[in-house]
Amino acid sequence: MTERSLRGKVAVVGVGETAYYKHGKSPDPEFVLALKAILAAAGDAGIDPRQIDGFASYSNDRNDPSRLAAALGLPELRFSNMQWGGGGGGGSGAMGNAAAAVATGMADCVVVFRALAQGQFQRFGAAAPGGVATGEAALNAPYGVMSPAQRYAMRAMRFLHENRIGDGAQRAIALASYHHAQLNPRAVMHGKPLTAAQYDASRWIVEPWRLFDCCMENDGAAALILMPAERALDLKQKPAYILGAAQGSEYRNAARGHNAPLYATSSFTTVAPRLYAMAGVGPKDVDVLQSYENFTGGVLMSLVEHGFFKAGEADEFLVKENLLAPSGKLPLNTSGGNLAECYMHGLELQIEAVRQLRGTSTAQVEDPEVSMVISGPMVTPVSSMIFGSRETL
Amino acid sequence: MTGATYLNPGLPVPVAENDGLDKPYWDAARRGVLMVQRCGACGAWQWGPEWICHKCLSFDMRWTEVKGRGRIYSWERPWHPVHPALKDQGPYIVVLVELPEAGGVRMLGNLLGDPRQDVRIGAEVEAVFEPHDDAKPPYTLVQWRYV
Ligand SMILES: [Zn+2]
Repeated sequence: MTERSLRGKVAVVGVGETAYYKHGKSPDPEFVLALKAILAAAGDAGIDPRQIDGFASYSNDRNDPSRLAAALGLPELRFSNMQWGGGGGGGSGAMGNAAAAVATGMADCVVVFRALAQGQFQRFGAAAPGGVATGEAALNAPYGVMSPAQRYAMRAMRFLHENRIGDGAQRAIALASYHHAQLNPRAVMHGKPLTAAQYDASRWIVEPWRLFDCCMENDGAAALILMPAERALDLKQKPAYILGAAQGSEYRNAARGHNAPLYATSSFTTVAPRLYAMAGVGPKDVDVLQSYENFTGGVLMSLVEHGFFKAGEADEFLVKENLLAPSGKLPLNTSGGNLAECYMHGLELQIEAVRQLRGTSTAQVEDPEVSMVISGPMVTPVSSMIFGSRETL
Repeated sequence: MTGATYLNPGLPVPVAENDGLDKPYWDAARRGVLMVQRCGACGAWQWGPEWICHKCLSFDMRWTEVKGRGRIYSWERPWHPVHPALKDQGPYIVVLVELPEAGGVRMLGNLLGDPRQDVRIGAEVEAVFEPHDDAKPPYTLVQWRYV
């Protein structure tokens, strides 16, 4: 067999997470959070943590693999990897990188992790006073374009304009996330339901995005353990097999000064077809979807680029009922996601995708076989991935 | 000209990159001249600044003056202040302007005038030079207003 594919070769055998805290409120330092999530994932898998021989992360995670290996007393570190690019675009990319290492025998047991303690470090959505700006930042910051929301709102504005999309489409994404978070006791926004009227009355962050269109910032850590598919069957949990993973970006996506030729996209137009080609499934086969929400407009574009509906159908498709578990057309962000469960830079979405296949979500879809994750729309590179149950192999 | 600026003073000061790539742009803006790159080998227009032509891969990128007329390609209106200098600013408008005379390259700037005004994608705008003479170092921004 010489097929160059990850399909079915690697499985998630364990998932772990800390409690999720409002930003700056973690009682633990970031490194401790990382260790706790990793140990929880090993416990979930039922393996000795000393079996771990690799680490993969993304978004410039600060927790060095060698330090983790030393702290955990690992006999051997065989693989360490950091996905390029800031933001959440690397979530599925890091999973794919780890899976590639496992599939090719470079490592046997790789942890994908992300840890955040913003009290110890700093927030994403705020800028330091004064200072100078050079290069790309010099073309943005003096005009008051500094935060991720300000950086990306114009891409979404152009998309909404080109396709004449109304206010309801973005709102439905926010409402579905909050709906699912009310079923999820882990969610930071559990017990805080959101109505359409509350959404409409909320303040603008940057038009076309209101407060509830924007993700939270939280402290915590999440981890997933990947092992070869053949070993997964002997472990404690029902395995979630990786059917495909893809990362990258479009032609000149990073052209400076907002000059990407395909400006009104979430950067997935080339990535999505490669994802489906490897996974051997199409959008119609996806039973449940977790789509990274830095901002709801990014989700909207990602769903179009992954083929769930055409841009012109956004108003029709993106109504709350279609996005709810268990019976919506496309149950979306079933743990509450970045908007309402927690913001672990999207790695919590991978965990929820695995939970759905195990049948242990708090907003469980009935017997899903194909569970998908989209990571970090509008940044570059972006990534997405598909998990399958044993029946899909 | 010192004084009136669209956004409150105190935002990050733009300085040329330490490899000098974009220095001609910032120097020209101080003189009230708008420049973008054009490839000496194939004629392709390019913005933002790069060392190499994305089209023919020549390193012969030349700084070329353009008139600064364009149309609004997209826009946004920030309300939430993310920088201390913007605390009492209120909403403001950022536009992305397409320059048909320069191969359709896009430039970012603020749309001068009432920050709550309607913004029309496709509307014609022209460049306005906004000096910040009291900044350290001084610089000039290219802003936009409806024609
Ligand atoms: Zn050229």
